[in-house]
Amino acid sequence: MLPDKRGYFGAFGGKFVPETLMAALDDLEAEYSKAKRDRLFAKELDFYLKEYAGRPTPLYLAKRLTKFCGGSRIYLKREDLLHTGAHKINNTLGQILLALRMGKKRIIAETGAGQHGVATATVSALFGLKCEIFMGDEDIKRQSVNVFKMRLLGARVTPVHSGSRTLKDAMNEAIRDWVTNVRTTFYVIGSVAGPHPYPMMVRDFQSVIGREARAQVLRMTGRLPDYVVACVGGGSNAMGIFYEMLKDSVKMIGVEAAGLGLKTGRHAATLCDGSIGVLHGSKSYILQDDDGQIRIAHSISAGLDYPGVGPEHSYLKEIGRVKYVAVTDKQALEAFKALTETEGIIPALESSHAVYYAMKLARRLPRSKNIVICLSGRGDKDIDIVRGAL
Amino acid sequence: MNRIESKFNELKTKNKKAFIAYITAGDPDLATTQKIALALEKAGVDIIELGVPFSDPLADGPVIQAASQRALAKKVTMRKIFAMSASLRKKTEIPLVFMTYYNPVLRYGLKNFFYSCRKSGVDGVIVPDLPHEEAGELIKRGHAENVATIFLVAPTSTKKRVKDIVRSSKGFVYYVSLTGVTGARKKLPQDVAAKIRVVKSVSDKPLAVGFGVSTPKQAAMLAKIADGVIVGSAIVKMVGDRNALSKVSRFVRQLSRAIHEA
Repeated sequence: MLPDKRGYFGAFGGKFVPETLMAALDDLEAEYSKAKRDRLFAKELDFYLKEYAGRPTPLYLAKRLTKFCGGSRIYLKREDLLHTGAHKINNTLGQILLALRMGKKRIIAETGAGQHGVATATVSALFGLKCEIFMGDEDIKRQSVNVFKMRLLGARVTPVHSGSRTLKDAMNEAIRDWVTNVRTTFYVIGSVAGPHPYPMMVRDFQSVIGREARAQVLRMTGRLPDYVVACVGGGSNAMGIFYEMLKDSVKMIGVEAAGLGLKTGRHAATLCDGSIGVLHGSKSYILQDDDGQIRIAHSISAGLDYPGVGPEHSYLKEIGRVKYVAVTDKQALEAFKALTETEGIIPALESSHAVYYAMKLARRLPRSKNIVICLSGRGDKDIDIVRGAL
Repeated sequence: MNRIESKFNELKTKNKKAFIAYITAGDPDLATTQKIALALEKAGVDIIELGVPFSDPLADGPVIQAASQRALAKKVTMRKIFAMSASLRKKTEIPLVFMTYYNPVLRYGLKNFFYSCRKSGVDGVIVPDLPHEEAGELIKRGHAENVATIFLVAPTSTKKRVKDIVRSSKGFVYYVSLTGVTGARKKLPQDVAAKIRVVKSVSDKPLAVGFGVSTPKQAAMLAKIADGVIVGSAIVKMVGDRNALSKVSRFVRQLSRAIHEA
């Protein structure tokens, strides 16, 4: 079972952090492994996932989108219907319940689009914990509604002015805060990235998506799907829907952000166009220049605008289990419109990348095939960006 | 023996502590870095740490972050810093230590990196985002080229970790005075002296203390218990100023007196 003891998925993962954090990571790993064996912990998490966040989420046959594409049947795993509007809360609930077990009174998190920030602020409010969210200046401008929401929820939103002023820099700043306040603070990482045990832990908390989807699709169609498609920034919703079906003969596709196009260099397609390096605590594919400096990513979707990716995705790419492709800003907008118009579902721009690729796939596959899309979030937060772009 | 070890031995026979000064290479440009390095030696510095800038320096506070950004904006690269070090090495025998992050080293290639270190007269390397358990290859390659691999001990390190870190370290052990990033602090933690003594009790290698140290008074206090004191941000902050050279020299002389007379 992966990761191994040192937190590696094949050649990827590990713990590349300042010494100050090493003991905290060991404590976290020990507590998580205890919690995993604790029935009460699972029961409590299930309770909040169900009664508070709204699980299980439906698996919905998108009939009009299917007809529009004229090929395979398209099913949507509706993570967009969860409380706070995205899959992020699955993980946030898990990690904050763990923080409570560890007696940590202060929560910090990084956020890009603001979805993970809102989910973290929400669960902090639910348990009366102090919460600080680090967010790039550029993203604060792009996602003002989410910033306001976090503040309403009682969180402090700290703007990050360094570097590209997006998710990558927010994560640097969150790590700096954690190094400073490690004794009192729990760092809730929002993706399957970061040092071990985060990629494993976030994957486990998100794997509820795939567990449900697998059972639902079996119930609805009598068999497993032919394809599962999900967008990949850091890769938490993708890891969540893939994980429970990795052993099945289901084809899997991770869709990265091609931004203005892979050839322009202005994109966030880490697995499609990156190389191996170390960023934010783990060894994985990253976007970097010849000197090992991190390149600035670009995507219309703030949640995918990240020059790294979770180490398990690098591993799944390397062994050929998952195929990774990239979809441009323009194509994502096209899918955003199509899903909105055919189904009355406004998807997040992140998820729209997966929708675009699935539509393309559906068009060239026969009607007998089934495709499941992880609709990771809803698009309310993106309305201004879409208005500007269309 | 490597220049770092010789320096600590030499100071020990004189019953003196080491003053280690950090500057970011290429801030504001590499020619200035070389001038400042020579001025540091003249003002009493024993070992020079050269920061090799990285785009995402997560162990650094605002001062060194900004210095790194300025250097990168001037297109400073590892290769150019090696070239500058080689030219500096022709002028001085002062030990030089690179402080950088793992990704630029990995990208350069570990084998090439340590080969270039030896060729350019770089005596040691500190990689703050590389804990010792991930550093097997780095230690091996460094050893092969007689370049010291210096690891950090933090206030949060467990006793077992301290022992392992000391074992992995060559040249000296770097004690991080506080939980946090680099940058001047008005006050250091109350228990810093006690913590240093604990590390020293399990270490047979010189121990230098850094992070947060910015005044001669703090430096003097630390020099009484540790084998060396590291000052970075407080110097880097002056490098960008007008008359930087004389300003840095004056400040460094004060620090040098405080450390060497402690």
